[in-house]
Amino acid sequence: MHFTSFLDGKKLTIALTGEIDHHCAKVYIQSIAAKIEAYAPEVCVLDFRDVTFMDSSGIAVVINALRNMAQIEGKLVLSGIAPQPLRVFQASGIDKIVEIKEALV
Amino acid sequence: MKFDNYMILDFPSKSSNEAFARSAVACFAAQLDPTLEELGDIRTAVSEAVTNCIVHAYPDKLGNITLRCRILKDNVLDIVIKDRGVGIADIEQAKRPSFTTGGSDRSGMGFTIMESFMTNLEITSTPGKGTTIHMRRRIQRRQ
Ligand SMILES: Nc1ncnc2c1ncn2[C@@H]1O[C@H](COP(=O)(O)OP(=O)(O)OP(=O)(O)O)[C@@H](O)[C@H]1O
Ligand SMILES: [Mg+2]
Repeated sequence: MHFTSFLDGKKLTIALTGEIDHHCAKVYIQSIAAKIEAYAPEVCVLDFRDVTFMDSSGIAVVINALRNMAQIEGKLVLSGIAPQPLRVFQASGIDKIVEIKEALV
Repeated sequence: MKFDNYMILDFPSKSSNEAFARSAVACFAAQLDPTLEELGDIRTAVSEAVTNCIVHAYPDKLGNITLRCRILKDNVLDIVIKDRGVGIADIEQAKRPSFTTGGSDRSGMGFTIMESFMTNLEITSTPGKGTTIHMRRRIQRRQ
């Protein structure tokens, strides 16, 4: 699994791709944690535009990223979420605890 | 029970089969002419139920998962996912949002998602014997 990420000042954007399920979630959780630790950003944006499918394993990915950012008193933002992952976020109420930008509805 | 069509899959509890199972059900469901949203809901619910068998039913060994889909009258997709794993002692507790025995890489939202995405969800389980998830989704007819 390879993630593209870029740093713009104190803002780290991480682009997630493909299908996020239990089979690959651990890699997502660990890679995101490693990037947040390496760059210690004030804001971390998880870019979901290339995520084609996500189940509850994706919620654990977001909750873990939220914890990583809380540890360094930073903020987590989700962006570019397609309709299917958005429905999963809404069913779980995650959309109420994390800021979601420009959902692609 | 009257049905129009059915399919049965039998596979080991390998995590690489999660994508296979949800895709196979989506392909089978296509004959009901679902919308993208309906298809996404079905894929998600199947992914949740199959992942639960892999993660919880058979925690440290490979076991067998059986998945049966039927098309019932009135455009209903009927799905049964069955394992012979550890079982669930307290189903009400297991269904509660955020309840998990899985640690920090699980969110405890699987049953909540299955319940909100499907028209019907029925869980039967016997500790030590296994768990059966029975779900149904009615597909809207389109002109
Ligand atoms: N097939 C199963 N066999 C045994 N236990 C199960 C099974 N399915 C679910 N459970 C139990 O029910 C709990 C809740 O399941 P649910 O799918 O809602 O959440 P989760 O799997 O823990 O987390 P998530 O689905 O969000 O990754 C599980 O933690 C597990 O204890
Ligand atoms: Mg689950």
